[in-house]
Amino acid sequence: MSVATVLLVDDEQAFVEAMTKRLARRDVEVRAASGGQECLDALAKDASVEVVVLDVKMPGIDGVETLKRIKADYPLVEVIMLTGHATVETAIDGMKLGAFDYLMKPCDMDVLMEKIDAAATKKRQHEEKILEARAQSIAMRRGD
Amino acid sequence: MTDKSYYSQLRRSIIGIIVAVSLTPLLVLAALGGYQFHSAYKQKVLAHMEQLVYGHQQSIDAFLSGKLAEIRVLTDVAGFDKVRDDAGLAQLLQSLQSRYDGVFVDLGLVNAQGTQVAYSGPFRLGRADYAHALWFQETMQREYYISDVFLGLRGLPHFIVGVKHSWHGQEYILRSTIDFVAFNRLVENVRIGETGLAYIVSRGGEFQTKPRRDVAMTAEFLNDVLTPEQDLRTHRFGQSQPHVHLGKDPATGEDTVFVTASLKNGDWLLVLQQSQDDAFRLFLRARNFALVGIIISTLAIVFMAFVLSKRILNTVVETDQQKEMMNEQVIEAGKLASLGELAAGIAHEINNPVAIMVEEAGWIQDLMEEEDLRASKEADEVLRALSQIRTQGGRCKEITHKLLSFARKIDPTMKRVHINELIEEMAALSEQRARFANVHIATDLADTLPPIEASPSELQQVFLNLINNAIDAMDHHEGGQLKITTRVENHQAVISVADTGQGIPKANLQKIFDPFFTTKPVGKGTGLGLSICYGIIQKMGGEISVSSVLDVGTTFHIRLPLRSAEGEGRSAS
Repeated sequence: MSVATVLLVDDEQAFVEAMTKRLARRDVEVRAASGGQECLDALAKDASVEVVVLDVKMPGIDGVETLKRIKADYPLVEVIMLTGHATVETAIDGMKLGAFDYLMKPCDMDVLMEKIDAAATKKRQHEEKILEARAQSIAMRRGD
Repeated sequence: MTDKSYYSQLRRSIIGIIVAVSLTPLLVLAALGGYQFHSAYKQKVLAHMEQLVYGHQQSIDAFLSGKLAEIRVLTDVAGFDKVRDDAGLAQLLQSLQSRYDGVFVDLGLVNAQGTQVAYSGPFRLGRADYAHALWFQETMQREYYISDVFLGLRGLPHFIVGVKHSWHGQEYILRSTIDFVAFNRLVENVRIGETGLAYIVSRGGEFQTKPRRDVAMTAEFLNDVLTPEQDLRTHRFGQSQPHVHLGKDPATGEDTVFVTASLKNGDWLLVLQQSQDDAFRLFLRARNFALVGIIISTLAIVFMAFVLSKRILNTVVETDQQKEMMNEQVIEAGKLASLGELAAGIAHEINNPVAIMVEEAGWIQDLMEEEDLRASKEADEVLRALSQIRTQGGRCKEITHKLLSFARKIDPTMKRVHINELIEEMAALSEQRARFANVHIATDLADTLPPIEASPSELQQVFLNLINNAIDAMDHHEGGQLKITTRVENHQAVISVADTGQGIPKANLQKIFDPFFTTKPVGKGTGLGLSICYGIIQKMGGEISVSSVLDVGTTFHIRLPLRSAEGEGRSAS
């Protein structure tokens, strides 16, 4: 089983390609998107995505806006923000909006892997809890 | 050069305006007032002289007609036997002299043939023959007559009052000599000023009284100059008002005022003359006084204009210089701002390619883990090169991030900031880092420190930079003490950040606030931190300074003005 299923969103094609290869090598299922809209479309099609690695600065719908929509539509999907700026404000904004974590570009692969792993784990735990809760509620209903 | 000529032109126009504006009313006032005063004063002086002359004209005419009337009364009253002989005349003369203060010198009776038949008086004239004397002929024709002053038979100036009367069918003339001295006294005492004098001249130009000093008087002068409209030849019996004439005195050549009035039905002319300088002395004195005043005022005004224009010009020059300096500063600030934008743009653009390069290097590193590649002879060398690429990529990242934060538009909104709180916050933020470096952070904050108006994010940046620097300055194994103190001093908030680190060498002290100056190992520092702090503190109107002793420690002092927040009190918070 793969470590996680990740959707990588960045408008820099070369960056996406390199990252995809590197992540794939580390047993990560990687989907790629080159913009905010494409990201949302991909999420709509593919329910297996657990973690979105999202570049903040993109043409069209930017990172922060995309984050808002992801959290609105797929609250369980974890988002790691990638920022080119050293602006802490953007990072804080992202965290407030529900991002799992943020990283500065270029980022260390090991650090990124740790975060992806943690994010995926968190998501799975969430899902498990939800399933448990559901099962319990169903069980209670049956026992009623 | 253009500046100089511009300023001197400005100064000239200022002087011109001041002088013109101040002098014009002064001169206009002086001219109008002077003219008014002059004409009023002149009128007054001339009126006074006219009045004087008129009064004397009246009194002299009264004197003459009085004497004539007295002799006529005598002829009417006295009987022929009384005037017929010397003794009777002597009696009459004595009576006249005692009653009229000796104005009448003598009395004589002259018959129709001109022979004096009786006489009483101091002169032994006896049976003098007056048949050819002018006064005798005139009296015979006109009943009574007052003669001009003449020397006559006795050789002394005198004049005669003669009255024709008939006694027992025979015509006689009773004549009396009027004392010249007494008559002279009438006009001799008319004195005005120093040069004023009065005299009486006959229409022939002969003096009837003795002027106080010699006066060159001719009939022509009288006729042509003094009395053009009361010509003696045509208006012989005209009685006229005093007449004023301004002209040159032929004797002295001075400008003189002549006031004339006719006497004795135009036979004589009373002249009062006074040089204009004398007559208008008071006016001339006042005029000279005013002139001196005007000259002094003019000098004062011109002097003031020079001083004032100099002062104004200095202010203008100063203002211009300040304006120029401000312009330069604005341009400089603009340059810096656009430089910052440019740097930010470049940093951003470079960041992405660097990220890709680093990722690609990482990819190669990943691939190197394959068995076959790992077996390659130069595998270690390739891995070393790759890690170097990644290290340098990280350095690029560091630089671009610092550049971005340097150029970033920090929120400059001014808020009421409690410095102590801010420092506590920053100290807490650095606590983690300090612990790793064995540094103990202590704060000693003055409670009296009032809040100030400042941008909190800027101040945060300053304090965090100083704290980070202080931690870096101390050896990580030995650790050290970082002490932050605040206090109020001379209306300034003084913030000190002291460390017990290695200190800064003297040679570097001058340069620590310069941008890009750093002593940290290559790749660790950008040399921008302190210069950012310096810029922020300068902008706030404060100052930042440093004192350092090698191997003992370094202290940074920040002084911020308090006055901006002081007056507003707590109501604004």
